[in-house]
Amino acid sequence: MLRTLLSDDFPQSRILSALLLLIFIGLASAPFLFPGSQSLNAAAKICYFIVLVASYDLLIGYTGIVSFAHAMFFGIGGYGAGIALYAWGPTWCSIALGTLIALVLSIFLALIIGLFSLRVRAIFFAMITLAVASVFAILASQLGWLTGGEDGRTYQIPLVLRPGFHLFEQNVLGVPINGRILAYYFVFFCALVLFLIMLRVVNSPFGRVLQAIRENEFRAEALGYRTVLYRSIINCVSAVIATLAGVLCAVWLRYTGPATTLNFDIMLDILLMAVIGGMGTLYGAILGATIFLLAESYLQHLMAVIGKVTAGLPVLPQLFHPDRWLLWLGILFILSVYFFPTGIVGRLQRCKTT
Amino acid sequence: MSTIKDQGEIVDRPLDWQPLVLVPLLIFIALPLIGSPSTWATLTIAGLAMGMMIFIMASGLTLVFGLMDVLNFGHGAFISLGAYTTTLLLLPLSGWLVAESLMLNFVALLAMIALAMLITGIAGYFFERVIIMPVYGRHLHQILVTVGGLIVAQQIIIVLWGPIQITLPLPTALRGIIVFGDIAVERYRLIVVVIGLTVFSSMLLVLHCTKIGLLIRAGVENSEMVEALGYHLRRLFIGVFVAGSALAGLGGVMWAFYREALTPGMGLELMVLVFIVVIIGGLGSVGGCLIGALLVALTANYTGFLAPKLALGSNILLMILILLWRSRGLYSVTSR
Repeated sequence: MLRTLLSDDFPQSRILSALLLLIFIGLASAPFLFPGSQSLNAAAKICYFIVLVASYDLLIGYTGIVSFAHAMFFGIGGYGAGIALYAWGPTWCSIALGTLIALVLSIFLALIIGLFSLRVRAIFFAMITLAVASVFAILASQLGWLTGGEDGRTYQIPLVLRPGFHLFEQNVLGVPINGRILAYYFVFFCALVLFLIMLRVVNSPFGRVLQAIRENEFRAEALGYRTVLYRSIINCVSAVIATLAGVLCAVWLRYTGPATTLNFDIMLDILLMAVIGGMGTLYGAILGATIFLLAESYLQHLMAVIGKVTAGLPVLPQLFHPDRWLLWLGILFILSVYFFPTGIVGRLQRCKTT
Repeated sequence: MSTIKDQGEIVDRPLDWQPLVLVPLLIFIALPLIGSPSTWATLTIAGLAMGMMIFIMASGLTLVFGLMDVLNFGHGAFISLGAYTTTLLLLPLSGWLVAESLMLNFVALLAMIALAMLITGIAGYFFERVIIMPVYGRHLHQILVTVGGLIVAQQIIIVLWGPIQITLPLPTALRGIIVFGDIAVERYRLIVVVIGLTVFSSMLLVLHCTKIGLLIRAGVENSEMVEALGYHLRRLFIGVFVAGSALAGLGGVMWAFYREALTPGMGLELMVLVFIVVIIGGLGSVGGCLIGALLVALTANYTGFLAPKLALGSNILLMILILLWRSRGLYSVTSR
């Protein structure tokens, strides 16, 4: 059963398995273990970011191509669901329709981008995705009548998922089962299913071909695989899953705006999570997203403390200002690319074998 | 194939003229669309000035890629760094900057440019040594590491200069417009065109009339062959990288005065334009880079006037059209 669910791809390290199990249990029972809206928010964010980062890893880790348009697809999903809910009212129907439109747009864009860049060479892809994504982000903030501009859109979600809705009269384990918790489980199970689907994809024969292309494109082509076709397909698959992650984000936050989806900072976050967690293994996405998002809040807290201690000195308080945490993360990122190119997961898996 | 006669003089293969006519073609197509010749002239000169600035920033990137296959995503950081170094001289040179004399203003501008190029050149050297050298030849890691460098550099700029926008007034005598007949041209744009042409012609001079230039062009075309002939391409590459960074700094200064504002995100915004230009021109080609920059800037200016809604997408549209025509950009010089 477990073997089928995980597509025969086990973490292959005891520490790693323990960590993953811990994260899984933590997320699965987050509403009961960590009550309070703030920690529930964090848990939901981890859920949809795991999906997002894992879908990015399909590209960067499994196929070896770097995309800077992943936040764009995430944003398309977010805006698709968000605008549909805003325009057609809070029903499941509008979520489905919005998702459908977003998916069509995403696949179309992914195909176009792939068509122009993947057939020439992979390095074009990085540049073109960066250009397209940045233009798309500006476009989204300009089309105010549709997207709400810089302010974004706030909307209602279906009644069942709202905080005012109660499933049972009594509390379960001391926690009232309201719509918010149902919404959390909606996000959680969708994320889980998407993750298992991705695990299935990378462990299929199709996934093996992708890894072959990553390792030696020339050889894969010589063996008769049409590398451009495979790259284009995985580019679309990755875009589709990122779009669905965007829908989850939109449903959970009840808000879609540039700051939560299309921003280049989000793209950087995805990149950092994928690399720090470990490229080329989907479990890296789980660890990367969880550690990064937890660190985001705690590291900023720590930096605020250091900032206070060094208040009188020149430059230092600026250096430790909570908003500058990206600086330290950037340094960490460069170091990890040099010294741990396989990330945390790769490190743990190697510990076991040596 | 080309043959070497004597003293490095080269009989070139027949000139590929098709891309060359694109810029004049675009300018003349725009005339009937815009209608009024004076507006058209103003827009064209504005576009040329903008194109020159983008070219200055992009030329370094394209050579660096052509020579060592290094794609520097951190290039934008040098643009912002160069722009921000102008603030160091704002106070010491404030007397010259507000003076009414064109001469003093110009000297102050040149001093700022010199400082910016010096600092970005040094920064470029360290960037190459610390960030890029360990990952030669690995594309994926190069992209990742240079993006990391970009993040860190951007944050350091915020630490040193603060996150808010800084206004950077133009020197007094460079402000305002000059009127020829009924064509109004901003003075600063003329200066930009002059500086841009100077940079371009000196670059052509270096590339086509010196031995270093010959080696650079040969290295772009076939680096293995150049190394096999006993030339130390890596040393040359560092020189090109430093020069490219300094040019990015120069472009940053020009752009900052053009916009009269400094923002920490400006490097990233401009890098997107630079990438589009480099892709249009063909990676590694300086001539293609100039044509690409002019095309992008002119299209942006014309569409900004004709159909402001389309202006944003115009660059991408242009890129798609060019890539449909030539999938490797206007001039594909590298064999890779």
